[in-house]
Amino acid sequence: MTRTWQAAPSVGHPLTRVEGLDKVTGRARYAADIPLPGLVYGWVVPATIPRGRVLGLDVAATLAMPGVLAVLHQHNAPRLTDAGDATLLLFQDDRVAHRGDPVALVIADTPERAREAAERTAVDYLPEPHDAAFRADHPRLYEPDHVNPRLPTVTDKGDVEAALAGAAVVVDHEYRTPPQHNNPMEPHSGTAVWADGRLTVYDSTQHAYGMARTLTKLFGFDPGVVRVVSEHVGGGFGAKGLTRPDAVLAVMAATLVGRPVRVTMTRPQLFPLTGYRTPTAQRIRLGADRDGRLVAVEHRASSQTSRLLEFTEQSASYSRVMYAADNLRTSHRVVALDVPTPRWMRAPGEAPGSFALESAMDELAEACGVDPVELRLRNDATTEPATGEPFSSRRLAECLREGARRFGWADRDPRPAARRDGRWWRGTGMAGAHYPARAGPTVAHATAFPDGGYVVRVGAADIGTGARTVLTQLAADALEVPVGVVRLEIGDSDFGRAQVAGGSMGTASWSWPVVTACRDLAHRLASGERLPPEGLTSTYDSTEALRALGAFARYAFGAHFAEVAVDAATGEVRVPRLTGVYAVGRVVNPLTARSQLIGGMTMGLSCALLEESIMDARFGDFVNHNLADYHVATNADVGELDVAFVDDPDDELNPSGVKGLGEIGIVGVPAAIANAVWHATGVRQRELPIGPARTITSGQ
Amino acid sequence: MREFAYARARDVDAAVSLVADNPGARYLGGGTNLVDLMKLGIERPELLVDVTGLPLDEVTEDGDLLRIGALVRNSDLAAHPLVRDRYPVLSQAVLNGASGQLRNVATTGGNLVQRTRCGYFTDPTKPCNKRMPGSGCPAIEGEHHNLAILGASDHCVATHPSDLAVALAALDARIDVQDLAGPHELPLEDLYRPVGDRPDLELTIRDGALITGVALPPLPPDARTTYRKVRERASYAFAIAAVAAVLVVRDGLVSDVRIALGAVASHPWRARIAERELRGGPATAAAFEAAAIAELDAARPLRDNAYKVPLVRDLVVAVLTELAR
Repeated sequence: MTRTWQAAPSVGHPLTRVEGLDKVTGRARYAADIPLPGLVYGWVVPATIPRGRVLGLDVAATLAMPGVLAVLHQHNAPRLTDAGDATLLLFQDDRVAHRGDPVALVIADTPERAREAAERTAVDYLPEPHDAAFRADHPRLYEPDHVNPRLPTVTDKGDVEAALAGAAVVVDHEYRTPPQHNNPMEPHSGTAVWADGRLTVYDSTQHAYGMARTLTKLFGFDPGVVRVVSEHVGGGFGAKGLTRPDAVLAVMAATLVGRPVRVTMTRPQLFPLTGYRTPTAQRIRLGADRDGRLVAVEHRASSQTSRLLEFTEQSASYSRVMYAADNLRTSHRVVALDVPTPRWMRAPGEAPGSFALESAMDELAEACGVDPVELRLRNDATTEPATGEPFSSRRLAECLREGARRFGWADRDPRPAARRDGRWWRGTGMAGAHYPARAGPTVAHATAFPDGGYVVRVGAADIGTGARTVLTQLAADALEVPVGVVRLEIGDSDFGRAQVAGGSMGTASWSWPVVTACRDLAHRLASGERLPPEGLTSTYDSTEALRALGAFARYAFGAHFAEVAVDAATGEVRVPRLTGVYAVGRVVNPLTARSQLIGGMTMGLSCALLEESIMDARFGDFVNHNLADYHVATNADVGELDVAFVDDPDDELNPSGVKGLGEIGIVGVPAAIANAVWHATGVRQRELPIGPARTITSGQ
Repeated sequence: MREFAYARARDVDAAVSLVADNPGARYLGGGTNLVDLMKLGIERPELLVDVTGLPLDEVTEDGDLLRIGALVRNSDLAAHPLVRDRYPVLSQAVLNGASGQLRNVATTGGNLVQRTRCGYFTDPTKPCNKRMPGSGCPAIEGEHHNLAILGASDHCVATHPSDLAVALAALDARIDVQDLAGPHELPLEDLYRPVGDRPDLELTIRDGALITGVALPPLPPDARTTYRKVRERASYAFAIAAVAAVLVVRDGLVSDVRIALGAVASHPWRARIAERELRGGPATAAAFEAAAIAELDAARPLRDNAYKVPLVRDLVVAVLTELAR
């Protein structure tokens, strides 16, 4: 077996998904597909009041129903230790924190019997007065200690009030975004199995390692007892980034009945139990000179959280990074309501925050009579506006110019409501974008076998992104072998510490130890180290290397351009064309990168025009909790999507030079579309989603 | 598990005898609505009588009538050459509904008697006068942005979700029904009861009656027809407003006009007032607008669906103007 030849590099080539065949042939097994002997099923009994106490539960009647094995509730559930997430402290007391909060779990021999018994379980409540209505002027709004993920609540530089008072042009508006749900196609599902003193949990998660750690702490297990396996994940969009009740309930139930238990959620159950994007109200004040050069930026964001857990969406943090201004203030307030807990969803912070700031920038461009692209170029920053830190790289200007060129922006007539084409008003709009380029500590193991094959193990998750494929390419190149001889094994907490598949930091985090371990292994093999029959393994942990990173502001940048058509009679908005140009570091695989970005742009379009979870505050419930009433974009809503990259070398990131591109495709797209709707119709859209109801009531 | 019995009907008489006078029995056609409601626990039948094997799945000419069997699948109906040729509005309406997969199984008869998709009706943990008479209508003060503006009551503001039925209403369709008393027929418009104080009672036909077919009278040879559906996303969504229209213009004057509105009421809404205003008058945008305004004079919008009033007005004008061109 010779190992002296060097393979052609794979990075930069459009390798198709290494697990693609398994997925399209149905061989890939998702969490709820895994067959297990003796498997039984748990079904949640959700609270039907928004706040109060559980007085009693007719357990005997439920136990008498066909197929029922056990009922888990506050009086027989294992006692849990707070693992930093009160939404997981299930059945620990009699409190109902929101409608849909689990009050019991029925375990039966088939899912149908479990469901029927759960739905027939009688629960006695003591309801209490509740408040589930978010408003921008809610009297209980307060400034939290920090905002997601652990960012400061407030930043304040210069004197915003004085600068606004002296500014030649001031733009001052409120922008609103609705609650939205992640809605991955695959619902959350957890299966727990005890065997030989170990607990294996098969779950649909973006973070097997994190889930193992959380369950260990929550249940007080010894280290090494819990193993979480999540080989394939049918989408997460943030809703599977942290442990959710399905896994906790499955572990409780398997422990109680001594058999493997599976808890799979229905679509309506996902709405109160797995997170969502909070509604936001954001006030932006911009002060500028007559040429549109910003002298002051203020971004104030309000959002909601639940009574269980303080989660504050970092919407105003978008303005800390984007445009230069000597006077810059950002702040957040949050109100705790009797509602389900909002969490991460598809570019938390940047998605709603960019809608506000990039819309306001368009209003400033109008007020100053400056082209929106030119306005952004004039306000490009050389250091991070809020902190003064140097950027590791910032190629926003390149994205803006290349986007304008590809889209054909140069001939644009800036006048609104000036283009009518039959029944359609037509217009174009644009927005800038950025997203943090972070990485987190991860361990990887690379093993060479005597048959010439390699196995690389890392606790990554492929939630449909192509992670497994790009890691295979990076590993193969580091080993200097063809991709065909490298097998990536992911989605297993036993592989050691790993970063979550979230925050667009998967590839940057996981590739760090993968590439380093593979290079080390290649070096050991090249220097003639003996290859034993069980294989030769190199392991690398990136924790120390991450601590040694220099102080830079690290972000991916981008620009989005949209063409819209608005029906003059009905207000229907169509988006025939979107262009996105990105500076995202090194592009490992142009095919999966493009897929991620067109996915992001589609989510941005869906956010702009369709997605809204409708809260009926009287019930504390999202009433459109199904995919017929909660509209995500269909293929027919998506027109031509054009994706391009600008060259973005950056030596201050990670060994692979990648920035992550999972979420930047969303950022700014709602504003680009809203700005284009203004250009088409002359009516500003400061509230999402923009649908016929809004385009009509606003005067079209 | 919710157990139920299942039977395949041998013929129409046998089907009717199994379901009529049996409140626990339901006909099973395509099942695209009934089975969903069973999963939600809203329908809990004891007996499903599968009628899909009955010989009611053809489109045939009968003199100058076109007869559509109640079991003709939506996809087959939309694609049928006689339908496409003589009643393009019907084909368009069907193709604007649901998805390809659903249209492949959904039947003509089942489409007419599908239930509202109001979010309170479909959630058994909430009150709903249609599902639980007397429990109240949370939609009136709650989420109703896509509910009724015409013909609703203080008891219910649900809308009928069908596209197909809106086109049939504009085509003056007649419905063939069989019950224990035998076969009879009625105009489609008479199939649906006004909402009143009993929104749970939706149909005028007897419980357990089986819709066996639809008959379409001929259109004038110079009639122009179209279906326009407005929805929040470009496909696979219920209408927020829809118009099926038939227009005959001779010498600049409206010689015949039929307008049916969808997504505005508990049943397809035939715009008789607008039609009366237009008949014999000029086929102009101004006349169309005046007629639409006259029809919508009876509109009683709620807090969050008032946008539908100008939407329907402008949609009617746009559709008729297009047809008159």
